[in-house]
Amino acid sequence: MHMSTPAFITPEALGAPALAPEIAASVRPSAAWRRLVTHRSAVVGLAVMSIYAVAAILGPIVFPFNPGQSHLIDVFLAPGQQGHLLGTDNLGRDELLLLIYGSRYTLSLGLMAVALGLVVGVPLGAISGYFGGWADIVIQRLTDILLAFPPIVLALGLIAGLGVGLRNVVIAVGLSSVPSFIRLVRADALRLRELPFVEAAVALGVPHWLILVRHVIPNALAPVIVQATLSMGFAILLAASLGFFGLGVQFPTPEWGQMLGEARNYIFSDPNLATIPGLAIFAAVLAFNLVGDGLRDALDPRLN
Amino acid sequence: MITYVARRVLASVPTLWGVATVVFVMARLLPGDPARVIAGVLASPEDVERIRQSMGLDKPLLVQYGTFLGSLLRLNLGVSAHTNAPVVEEIGSRLPYTIELAMVALVLAVTVGLLAGVAAAIRRNTMLDLLISSFSVFGVSMPVYWLGLMMIIVFAIDFHLLPAAGADDPASILMPAVTLALFSLGLIARMTRSSMLEVLGQDYVRTARAKGAPFRSVVFRHALRNALLPIMTVIGLQFGALLGGAVVTETVFAWPGVGRLLIDSIFFRDYPVVQGLVLMFGTTFVVINLLVDLLYAYVDPRIHYT
Repeated sequence: MHMSTPAFITPEALGAPALAPEIAASVRPSAAWRRLVTHRSAVVGLAVMSIYAVAAILGPIVFPFNPGQSHLIDVFLAPGQQGHLLGTDNLGRDELLLLIYGSRYTLSLGLMAVALGLVVGVPLGAISGYFGGWADIVIQRLTDILLAFPPIVLALGLIAGLGVGLRNVVIAVGLSSVPSFIRLVRADALRLRELPFVEAAVALGVPHWLILVRHVIPNALAPVIVQATLSMGFAILLAASLGFFGLGVQFPTPEWGQMLGEARNYIFSDPNLATIPGLAIFAAVLAFNLVGDGLRDALDPRLN
Repeated sequence: MITYVARRVLASVPTLWGVATVVFVMARLLPGDPARVIAGVLASPEDVERIRQSMGLDKPLLVQYGTFLGSLLRLNLGVSAHTNAPVVEEIGSRLPYTIELAMVALVLAVTVGLLAGVAAAIRRNTMLDLLISSFSVFGVSMPVYWLGLMMIIVFAIDFHLLPAAGADDPASILMPAVTLALFSLGLIARMTRSSMLEVLGQDYVRTARAKGAPFRSVVFRHALRNALLPIMTVIGLQFGALLGGAVVTETVFAWPGVGRLLIDSIFFRDYPVVQGLVLMFGTTFVVINLLVDLLYAYVDPRIHYT
């Protein structure tokens, strides 16, 4: 986790120019999807994502047990012992069951945080680029200020003020993904407002808000999708690190970061407890990063 | 040039002011009564009242804001609620450890990242490229705290090669620095690779090759120098990122820097220190950004000093 930021892994930062709107608009979803499924590493990422999605959705239905139930005679079992595929933790809870239930928290934390980032960042970016002037100056200043804090520090500062818990983790993590969406959409809105079809809409008397909703935002969507995927990976990483510190979702909720933080106390006696949830987080973040990279290539044919 | 520097320095003043304002607002988010929190659960109502008055919390918000900004200008960040020492001293005594860690990690990330990126670019689409590219995606996706724990398990517990925690041994810095560097290393390697690939396709590189310049000199003299500009921005941003990453790394390895101080202070509910640290992180980043911009203008003559 390097809470170093989604802001730092914008497509621009990785060397890919944001899509020109004409090209973005010409990318048909079906064509982009075909390119995505021939992208080898993206397919690996998609596969991992599907496994996680199935585990999160179906897992608790297939295994309707209470994952938090402790069995104090079965503590620290090694993987495979007594039918526990991944062993048990310090309270005798089954690791696999915890992981499966935990995927719900980890994935939904990431989803909600990125959704928050999108809902706040996309309109602000569109307004900033489309209207320019004072709105632009104010929004850009705010973005600069948000970007000044390393995401983990911003999140910790907010948690210190707001307190722990699911909702506050979403706010803290979501806020750090806002600036990258503002920057991305603003850059496209700046270009789009000069294009003939937007000028035509203005000339026809279409209200500005409708132009934003109908023309500007939809045409800026391709890079936003890429960034949202990459931000998911980062949000999972950041949320799990809050859990690791014991400042995220609280015990006994089996969130992966929180499991890892707990495991730290038993690292000498049972290193498996630290290895397993860490691998789960790593694989999830990797999957989103691979799919994000694949999407960028698929949505931007010029790069090929 | 001087006007450019002056303008750029002045432009960062509003951002710094904004950073301070965010920190001020954050402190007011505290649920309940800050004076009550600082006094602790066992304090008498009189004690709470005394603290409230000494912190100026009984005054209107705008007055509090003015006092806050005023004391910032005098570098007065208040007093730690946990140790009663001035916050500036608390941070100052820990900061050298974090700077040391971040510098070692930065040097590691930049040298290895640049070399790996260049190697991947000139051996494009080979096994080496695949290896380096996968390694850099891994680096960006790896949870730092987990990597740290794994290193402790392998190098400290299984093989007894390195100290597991603390900063007493000169070798102590190795594991935290490598752990901290990995994310930035991956990012710098990726950035270098794509930037180099772009430059290697340029006409002047072909010309240099055609006139018979040795391959090594074309790569490092002609290509890398021109590819370096976007990489520099990433490196500048990475220093800020490393400071953030230090929060986690220091906690995992019990490294006595400001990152660990931040986590400890949150648990002690030592809000003055938390506030001071958040402010310090924000300010450092703005200042580093400023320096990178100035360096940029110095290195790239195409940037106008207007």
